[in-house]
Amino acid sequence: MTTAAFLCLFALAIIGYVWNRQAATAIRRDGARLHSLVGFHGAFSLLMVLVPVLVVILLWLVLQGHVIDSILKSGIAARLEGLGTGEVQLIIAEIKSIAGGTIFGTPEDWKLAAADRYLALNVRSGQLMLVVVTALALGLMLFSRRKVAADFRARHGVEHIISGLMIFCSVVAIFVTIGIVASLMFETGKFFAKVPVTEFLFGTNWEPQIPLREDQVAAEGAFGWLPVMLGTLVITVIALVVAVPVGLMSAIYLNEFAPRRFRAVAKPFLEILAGVPTVVYGFFAILVVAPAMRGFGQSIGLDVSPNIALAAGSVMGIMLIPFISSFADDALSAVPQSLRDGALGLGATRAEMMTSVLFPAAIPGIVGGILLAVSRAIGETMIVVMAAGLIAKMTINPLDSVTTVTVQIVTLLIGDTSFDNPKTLAAFALGMMLFLVTLIINVFALRIVRKYREAYD
Amino acid sequence: MYDAPKLERNVDDRTIKFSARNVHVFYGETEAIKGVDVDILDNTVTAFIGPSGCGKSTFLRCLNRMNDTIDICRVTGDIRLDGHDIYDRSVDPVQLRAKVGMVFQKPNPFPKSIYDNVAYGPRIHGLARTRADLDAIVEQSLRRAALWDEAKDRLDQPGTGLSGGQQQRLCIARAVATSPEVLLMDEPCSALDPIATAQVEELIDELRQDYSVVIVTHSMQQAARVSQKTAFFHLGHLVEFGDTGQIFTNPHDERTESYITGRIG
Ligand SMILES: Nc1ncnc2c1ncn2[C@@H]1O[C@H](COP(=O)(O)OP(=O)(O)OP(=O)(O)O)[C@@H](O)[C@H]1O
Ligand SMILES: [Mg+2]
Repeated sequence: MTTAAFLCLFALAIIGYVWNRQAATAIRRDGARLHSLVGFHGAFSLLMVLVPVLVVILLWLVLQGHVIDSILKSGIAARLEGLGTGEVQLIIAEIKSIAGGTIFGTPEDWKLAAADRYLALNVRSGQLMLVVVTALALGLMLFSRRKVAADFRARHGVEHIISGLMIFCSVVAIFVTIGIVASLMFETGKFFAKVPVTEFLFGTNWEPQIPLREDQVAAEGAFGWLPVMLGTLVITVIALVVAVPVGLMSAIYLNEFAPRRFRAVAKPFLEILAGVPTVVYGFFAILVVAPAMRGFGQSIGLDVSPNIALAAGSVMGIMLIPFISSFADDALSAVPQSLRDGALGLGATRAEMMTSVLFPAAIPGIVGGILLAVSRAIGETMIVVMAAGLIAKMTINPLDSVTTVTVQIVTLLIGDTSFDNPKTLAAFALGMMLFLVTLIINVFALRIVRKYREAYD
Repeated sequence: MYDAPKLERNVDDRTIKFSARNVHVFYGETEAIKGVDVDILDNTVTAFIGPSGCGKSTFLRCLNRMNDTIDICRVTGDIRLDGHDIYDRSVDPVQLRAKVGMVFQKPNPFPKSIYDNVAYGPRIHGLARTRADLDAIVEQSLRRAALWDEAKDRLDQPGTGLSGGQQQRLCIARAVATSPEVLLMDEPCSALDPIATAQVEELIDELRQDYSVVIVTHSMQQAARVSQKTAFFHLGHLVEFGDTGQIFTNPHDERTESYITGRIG
């Protein structure tokens, strides 16, 4: 039925297009001067039919489940009297699976009857939708057809509808962001109802193991985020120490010194680096980098832990190289040749030209790239889940094992969880902090870029 | 027909600063300069004239090896500054450009303050020992470029915030501040009003006491006013080179004549 509704809608929209177009052409043939081109008259009808009816269909599909469920429940209200929400849900699920043809054991007769009713309701809903869609589409089509006249501003109408669609699309991003933040804040609020804010913000102990069942013996649980955040910072700093110099140097070399042929080869390689999935970087970190570092460390008598932070951090740094180098590359190539010529023409060496003219002019782009890389490093999950440790320690020793915020969020949410104990809620609080830290960095990055923007033209 | 030149035209006894022989310039496959021979004298203003696209800027850029910065550009032939081949391997283009300054066709101030723009050359070449020295160089250069009165109260503001004509004068000041031996000016007055143009022409004439100046211009009057020697380029050839008075009053080549009387251009 849904398919039929869509087909019907598209057919009517196309008919509306052709009809309006012909009507407009006829008016023009009679010698009147049209305000809008005939194509716009057609497109007006097409959009007038398509957009509202599509919205109706989508709303229908979203809402019909709830409506059918509640009708179903009211039909068997007597049977559900006095049951908890969990049990009601179980019964509804059973009825639906019977309706779907999977029957376990011998269900009661009233359940079979309810399943029949459920099927009938679904069919009814589909038919109703088809009727509503067809009627609405026809109505809109006739409405658009009646609008066709020599001085009807079809182009303005089309432009309005399209700009409305564009506004809608741009607003989607805003609402999604607001929704995500709101849900994070809501869960974080529940967490802080169980664990004091001060303990979370200033505690230096992170042991989120708490008893899941009454009879389980486990520690009370400690939720100080500092060691976890410190771990994230250690890994981020290591990653940047690797990525920033390598990324910048390669961008400078490729932009200013490299012969064309080398550039033509090196650029695609950097792009391939950007395309490697982070999981693969994870393998690389545990299977190659970490053992090598450990072997080397031990051979010179250092105490190196198996989940060495240096390995995870430096592999993450490799991941960030193309990021930084492509930003820096863009920023450097955006500096006009005339500025370089100006400096060289005054007898500046290339190095002087770069440090005194090129960098000041390109710095906003370069800094923007670095700060975005920081945000990525802080939020990166896969590499650290695979290669960093699990135990939170207050340490900045890169040879030790550290854990990160993202790793902890993953481990908190893995396995048998219910969303009402501090252990799982802690994940949201960590997520919130991560969001805040990255947000602050992004705002900072945007401000720098804005401050220096249009330094040259 | 033209304004009388300011100074005497008899310059042939001066020493040769640049001598170019059989210079060809290629951009990839296309030949932009097709065998140019020219001598540029010391203490002389030499004007390059010719229709747009004939290669004036290209040839000018050969004289301080700015063409090196263009990948596809290839220069052949022999260009000597004070008798030394400037395209010789042993020559450092950086030192050459410190001696041969350039003002570009399009104003290109750095996105720095007006002061730092002018002080750029003196700083990288260590021309000023004290801050006061540097201040003096900046002031003198801005005065020579006829920009001091407009800029003296806003020396710390960005040079890119000036008007187009002011930017061009800033670039002139910047080039002058490095005290080059030769100054190459690519249409320095194309964005200037008549008053500023007159001031720049005065500067050019003044610079002639110490330096050699090469100026590209589209204004016949300007060439006639400021230069002692004129070179007429056409389609990559140096058609005619001689004393300015002779070129403008008695050209030997008919292409020169049609150009200066406005028939080709
Ligand atoms: N970077 C470049 N790459 C390729 N071709 C170039 C380049 N610069 C100049 N040319 C070509 O060389 C020829 C001469 O150019 P040039 O800039 O020297 O002319 P011009 O005489 O200075 O003209 P104008 O008076 O318009 O400034 C032109 O045909 C131009 O297309
Ligand atoms: Mg030119």
